[in-house]
Amino acid sequence: MMRAALFVLFPVLMIAALSLAHAGKSGLALAALAGALVAGVLVLRQLSRWAAVRRDARFLVPFLFGVKILLVWEVLCVALGVPTVLLPAPSLILAKLFANLPMLWGDFVQTVIRAVIPGWIIGCASGFLVALVCDRYDFLRRGLLPIGDFVSALPIVGIAPILVMWFGFDWQSKAALVVVMTFFPMLVNAVAGLAAAGALERDLMRSYGASWFQTLVSLRLPAAMPFLFNALKINATLALIGAIVAEFFGTPIIGMGFRISTEVGRMAVDMVWATIFVAAVVGSTFYGLLVLSERAVTFWHPSQRVR
Amino acid sequence: MTERALPLRSSWIARLGEGSAFPVLAVLAGLAALWYLVCLPMNAALPQMEGVEGLGARYAVAWGLERPVLPAPHQVIGELYRSVFEVRLSSPRNLAFHAWVTLSSTLLGFVFGVLFGILLAVGIVHSKTLNLSLMPWIIASQTVPILAIAPIVIVALGSIGLVGLVPKAIISAYLCFFPVTIGLVKGFTSPEAMHLDLMKTYNAGRGAVFFKLRWPAAIPFLFASLKVAVSIALVGAIVAELPTGAQAGLGARLLSGSYYGQTVQIWAALFAAALLAAVLVGLIGAAERITQKAMGGRA
Repeated sequence: MMRAALFVLFPVLMIAALSLAHAGKSGLALAALAGALVAGVLVLRQLSRWAAVRRDARFLVPFLFGVKILLVWEVLCVALGVPTVLLPAPSLILAKLFANLPMLWGDFVQTVIRAVIPGWIIGCASGFLVALVCDRYDFLRRGLLPIGDFVSALPIVGIAPILVMWFGFDWQSKAALVVVMTFFPMLVNAVAGLAAAGALERDLMRSYGASWFQTLVSLRLPAAMPFLFNALKINATLALIGAIVAEFFGTPIIGMGFRISTEVGRMAVDMVWATIFVAAVVGSTFYGLLVLSERAVTFWHPSQRVR
Repeated sequence: MTERALPLRSSWIARLGEGSAFPVLAVLAGLAALWYLVCLPMNAALPQMEGVEGLGARYAVAWGLERPVLPAPHQVIGELYRSVFEVRLSSPRNLAFHAWVTLSSTLLGFVFGVLFGILLAVGIVHSKTLNLSLMPWIIASQTVPILAIAPIVIVALGSIGLVGLVPKAIISAYLCFFPVTIGLVKGFTSPEAMHLDLMKTYNAGRGAVFFKLRWPAAIPFLFASLKVAVSIALVGAIVAELPTGAQAGLGARLLSGSYYGQTVQIWAALFAAALLAAVLVGLIGAAERITQKAMGGRA
């Protein structure tokens, strides 16, 4: 009975806090929020106990946690009258988002479709090709790998102003930065991945009289897949960051980085948050798609087994 | 023992090919040579190159241009030397001054981020609710292009009167808590079930299990994470200086260089940033070796 009451109480208190805050009754709203938080914590604890038994309950816990954070954000912003410059309420951000969809779509095309995706593909592909060359010539591998490791730790975004000078203000310079940023993680991971196939399996391939290329395609590439996907995932985030930061150094009047830097200058913080929301959705979708294809390709790997 | 029987012919040359020092140097030399070669085609369109005949003369001009499209390596190193040693240390034209500004916010953010990351990891390991509700969001937080929020953090904090070092440090901290948390959660859960069971037979409490088993087991993971964390803390500090038009710092140096077309200045700032990253990662590597020795591990 107690538990059932809890599960009813949580949403009721949530809705009460929201509507009280928007009706201008700050004190009552904060009281309801406090109640909703306590109920929420109890609900989450109960749910995570269930999640240990039922796997499908697992998605509920982080989801409810996210809802709770959003609720706290909204109610605190509205009830306490937090200035919009400091932190706009989620409802304001969403309103701004839907009011400016065509502009945000234009920014998305300029930054993601023109710069991020081609740059990511070229960077990953060339990193992989150089890794293949390194694999054939051991001298190159020993020479290039420590350098690649070192370069991965460097602040590569810093070359953005140079690339903007070389390739102009438009998307080409952003794509070029993405290429440079994604090259080294792919190189390092691909070299490690190509070395991942076991000696026994390689000997077996040799006993079949398989050529270097055949061994590559049917043994070593599949064995390298977990490493390659690791690099692809790291690079997905890096690529978005690179394209957006490169736009801070000069763009035509379109693009997500441009939007962020100009709207910050005009103190239109809700527009900036709307752009960040788009970037977040793009980033997680990109990452999520990669995780899904990783599961499909490397289903045999221990890390993918259902525990 | 068969290898011993072979005659050791040209021993030091043979040894050169074995380690990684020689290949690395060879590749670096190749890259530098390529850089010098590319200088001419990259700078060929500049007005100063007009009317210069002969390949040797053209290269001589291309390697000494005032504002080249691509400066030669020795120009960058010369600028680096001049702007560190030949200018007063307090002057805004001194690169060491800018590097110090960036370094201080990097280190502050690094300390914040690492402490926060450790706290989160401890919470996640000890509470199932926290583990289930936080982990997916922590991972999701990194699929978001976090550097994009740098300007907004600086403006928001500036509006409540927080300016200077702290906002930049917060961005660094936000970037570097993630590898620490992920690495430590992995490290804290790395002791085998057998060891945990042994602790249970000793009737050890949660605190004892944490400090005597989980924490020591997590140390290698911690240092691996710290190396990643310190280099992205530096990136965070540099990028945080971009959108606000900061007056000091390596990021500000990049920005002013790109405004005024001072390519040599940009390259010098980049080299300084690379040097800083190398020193920071190297220091953590040294700390790792010392800790390993103190804990009785094998180097």
